[in-house]
Amino acid sequence: MTLLKRGLTRRRVLQTGMAGIIGSGVAPLMFTKGAWAQEFCNNPTGDTVTLGFVMPLTGAYADEGADQQRAFLLAVEHLNGEGDGGLLPTFSSKVLKGNGILGKKVAYVTGDDQTKSDAGRDAARRMIERDGAIMISGASSSGVAIAEQALCQEMGVIYMAGLTHSNDTTGKDKKRYGFRHFFNAYQSGTAIAPVLGEAYGKDRRAYHLTSDYTWGWTQEESIKNATEAMGWETVAAVRTPVGAGDFSQYITPVLNSGADVLILNHYGFDGVNSLTQAVQFGLRDRQANGKDFQIVLPLVSDLMAQGAGEAIKGIYGTANWDWQLDDAASGAFTRSFGAKYGQPPSQIAQTSYVQALLYADAVERAGTFYPPEVIKALEGFEFDGMGNGPTLYRAEDHQCLKEVLVVQGRENPSTTFDVLQTVQKVGRDVADYDASIFEGELGPYDAALCA
Amino acid sequence: MNIFYLPRRDAITLAVFALVVLTMPIWLVPFGAAYPGLMQKFAIFAIFAVGYNVLFGLTGYLSFGHAAFLGVGSYTAVWTFKLMTMNVIPAMIFAVIVSGLFALAIGFVSLRRSGIYFSILTLAFAQMCYNLAYSVLTPITNGETALQLTINDPRVLDLMFSERGAGLPSPSLLGQGMSGIEAFYVVAVVLLIAFYIAQKIFVSPFGMMLRAIKSNQTRMHYTGFNTRPYALTAFVISGMYAGLAGSLLAATDPLAGAERMQWTASGEVVLMTILGGVGTLIGPVIGAWLIKYFENIFSGFNDAMLHHTFSWLPQGAQDVVVAITSKFVGEGWQLSLGLIFVLVVVFLPGGVMEGIRRFSSIFRNRREPGPTGALKTSPAE
Amino acid sequence: METILAQLLNGLDKGGAYALIALGLTLVFGTLGVVNFAHGALFMLGAFCAVAFRQFITYETVTLDPTKLSPWGAPLEIKTPMAQIWFGDFGAVLINWSVPISILLAIPVMLVIGIAMERGLIKHFYKRAHMDQILVTFGLAIVLQEVVKAIFGANPISQPMPVELRGSADIGAMLGLTPGMVTYPIWRLIYFLFSASIIGAVFAFLRLTTFGMVVRAGMADRETVGILGINIDRRFTIMFGLAAVVAGLAGVMYTPLVPPNYHLGMDFLVLSFVVVVVGGMGSLPGAVAAGFLLGILQSFASMTEIKAIIPGIDQIIIYLVAVVILLVRPRGLLGRRGVMET
Repeated sequence: MTLLKRGLTRRRVLQTGMAGIIGSGVAPLMFTKGAWAQEFCNNPTGDTVTLGFVMPLTGAYADEGADQQRAFLLAVEHLNGEGDGGLLPTFSSKVLKGNGILGKKVAYVTGDDQTKSDAGRDAARRMIERDGAIMISGASSSGVAIAEQALCQEMGVIYMAGLTHSNDTTGKDKKRYGFRHFFNAYQSGTAIAPVLGEAYGKDRRAYHLTSDYTWGWTQEESIKNATEAMGWETVAAVRTPVGAGDFSQYITPVLNSGADVLILNHYGFDGVNSLTQAVQFGLRDRQANGKDFQIVLPLVSDLMAQGAGEAIKGIYGTANWDWQLDDAASGAFTRSFGAKYGQPPSQIAQTSYVQALLYADAVERAGTFYPPEVIKALEGFEFDGMGNGPTLYRAEDHQCLKEVLVVQGRENPSTTFDVLQTVQKVGRDVADYDASIFEGELGPYDAALCA
Repeated sequence: MNIFYLPRRDAITLAVFALVVLTMPIWLVPFGAAYPGLMQKFAIFAIFAVGYNVLFGLTGYLSFGHAAFLGVGSYTAVWTFKLMTMNVIPAMIFAVIVSGLFALAIGFVSLRRSGIYFSILTLAFAQMCYNLAYSVLTPITNGETALQLTINDPRVLDLMFSERGAGLPSPSLLGQGMSGIEAFYVVAVVLLIAFYIAQKIFVSPFGMMLRAIKSNQTRMHYTGFNTRPYALTAFVISGMYAGLAGSLLAATDPLAGAERMQWTASGEVVLMTILGGVGTLIGPVIGAWLIKYFENIFSGFNDAMLHHTFSWLPQGAQDVVVAITSKFVGEGWQLSLGLIFVLVVVFLPGGVMEGIRRFSSIFRNRREPGPTGALKTSPAE
Repeated sequence: METILAQLLNGLDKGGAYALIALGLTLVFGTLGVVNFAHGALFMLGAFCAVAFRQFITYETVTLDPTKLSPWGAPLEIKTPMAQIWFGDFGAVLINWSVPISILLAIPVMLVIGIAMERGLIKHFYKRAHMDQILVTFGLAIVLQEVVKAIFGANPISQPMPVELRGSADIGAMLGLTPGMVTYPIWRLIYFLFSASIIGAVFAFLRLTTFGMVVRAGMADRETVGILGINIDRRFTIMFGLAAVVAGLAGVMYTPLVPPNYHLGMDFLVLSFVVVVVGGMGSLPGAVAAGFLLGILQSFASMTEIKAIIPGIDQIIIYLVAVVILLVRPRGLLGRRGVMET
């Protein structure tokens, strides 16, 4: 029950408005150690430091959330020096020693965001206000990530975004306290367009089905711009509700629309459902405009590929990372994760794990938990040995710049986990872009007192 | 007669209620719930439930769409923050007005039917609001991402008097910040006012009229009363309460998401009202607190904490107990909620309040056992 | 033309599911006078019959192959489904056809669940207000879905359809149009035919058998039938079981289209209530007609051309129709007077 008891020491309860009531004899109960010594939100005073992990355990992205949770628990283990150390030995920064963060043992709290912004913010607030979390990480939906990131900015708690692919996370809605390791839709567009042009030709007519929220819109826009730039035409772009389940009424109109490529801007179970249903509709056996009809899933993960089964074969998409990459770090992470859970990590597991480590590392390098210093340690940080090659945490927008993978569903998988193959590693120089193409401001560094 | 007059019993109830609400930061400590975010929710959803009870408890009309008004209130409040001022008072006023207008329109149409047809109509309207907020109304609602403040919002009133700050502004009340524990006290005071108004409604002739609609609408018609204006007024009042609750949600956390309009959210306020005791004043408040407590505290339990709790058991038994209990807490908290709800509907149709009444009547009538729980509700159909 | 035909087919297969659920809901309402908010949960339980059956026959034995290593350095696991060990090739056939076969499992299971529900809980609510019935069944629905979540997890579990029935059929060519213009997934066509035949069977049962005749008489005037010395309660209980079976079968066959999760019932519940109300409370033909009607309308409203004229119409069409019908024809399309009204 230690986690619950932390609620008793909530010093904000004392700080304000309570003066009149404290006189009533209950007061002695309320005075606890270090209650007044806080100069920033949730300054860890004991011998532990609490991290808050929020992920979708139910809802359209629940599969991703489950893997995310595994990764966070593994990261905590490694930070505390348990297990095989994972990526600590391969990480280019060597300040993490497996003795917690700044000598404090890492504790954690978890919460379910239900793939909903409201619920995610509630969970994050609970962790910050009650459990004293010094950092929040998680989310598998950009909508949720942006909502949580804004909350963390207000509360003065650092937010290490999980899987969020919308341009807005580090664009229009970027925040000083929010950091994203995952790549974004713009980079997906840059990476995948040449591969699609090569494979399917430059005179295609595309039909978009798009998840109706920030990620879907920005991905639709980015893929549209990138493909139109090489000569494709966009026939229609139709928005579909998140978590629709049955997409058949949106797929039937594709049949006779004159399009010859279907681009599915769907993720998680939505992506699995719309892809399998599109294949059931015989889209891939069709001919349109004298060409074979094709389906593209611009953002794809191992978990989706496993869920889609047969349907994923030959489908192109992009990914942040793949467990079959042959560098030392990817191998080390896959071994560590596989040994603990009996399955390889997916890209969300990798990005979440790396984010947790990057935060811990930044605190060690800053020498303090004081958020403005930690932020400065992360901004412009150049590192390697995390599975993505040399990576830069860009200071202007808190976006990580690194390689982007173009992947394809494997035709003959050797195991149930061997579902995607990397067809091209798009270099960091190509995937790079000018941070100023997206508007938005990071906001101030100032530390807040939890609100 | 003083318009603020309350019957003696109600005045005592109000005083006790005020004491209970205002001392929440103390007595909730042993329950692990004394953190501002949750206490604010306690107060806000109590307002929502109290207002809902004005409609459901008094007239018996079961609305499955009240979350829509909550959502409308939130959106209005956030827009007021964005366009005018970060002060919460205009936001609350506008939210109540706009959600009242929504309730007027939806209620006017829905109240043409009664019974389950009324329920379905309200459900349909709420789902339409929700689906539209999620999709085509995105320019107004920001869809799934939820409506948020930005640094460059116009905020015309605020910016007439002060410079634009570097960071995001936060809602305030007359210059006093609205966050953490201060916000709780603001919300708590609003709850007390809302509760007081509900008390006034309950004892007023208007309240009698609403109860008459519930007990026998046909007889009302025969005696020459046109009941619809009364029912509509009740509907609008409860819609305004929901809008007020929505605006407070936005005031404590300036963000408005479409999820809070979904029909499951409407179902939740029904659960709150029933669980606590429909038709009573305090009941819905207790129901709201119970459900929010379950949602936030029960759902946070995990296996590690259970193992810790049951660590006094031998290893084997401990595993079994943890395996079973873990199905009911953490992610499984809704299972406990559902079971409790079913039990309440079956055995305690008057909710927690009836439980309390039965319990106290056991003590009171130990020598002269009388009929217990005689208050049988029979809602209008 | 082709587009309209395709959209019509889509409406029919969507409508099939709505009609089946609404039919069961109406059966319960018509016989027992109970508004069953747990009916969606029965649909979901049916779907999980298929899931459970498949999990049972694909239960795997794991043998370790120490000569090969998995990417994380552990010995490679070789998994063999038990069914294949026990039955050999027949086991493979069993797995391939697991969804249709699980119908055989779903019928008795759903019958038992339905009867247990009625005897155990709903029986006690006949004399209580409709509102109480709604509330208790709503609570029951929450309990059922949470139990399923506790057992099967929160994630959808996909159910592959038999290999032979994958892919799509060229409906256009069958109707004499240009080949390849109107193709439609075979399983969805089967779903439509399946729902049509179940609906036919239920109607035939009520019309052509003595049992059905008694039930219909009971629906019309329960007291008189009771006075005639017929145990109408027991027959009504069986009708509740039958309604559960209908919902369950709809759920079983739906699994290959959308992988079921614990929340499936709630997703369909609201829709099916709208369907029932639109059709007219208590009217079986009304429920079926409204089911197909709303399926078709929903499908057409999703067309890009329609959405261009009225944005967002695909999201609200069903509710809009419900509102209009309730206001214009208060008792639904084919409803009787005085049902569920004061």
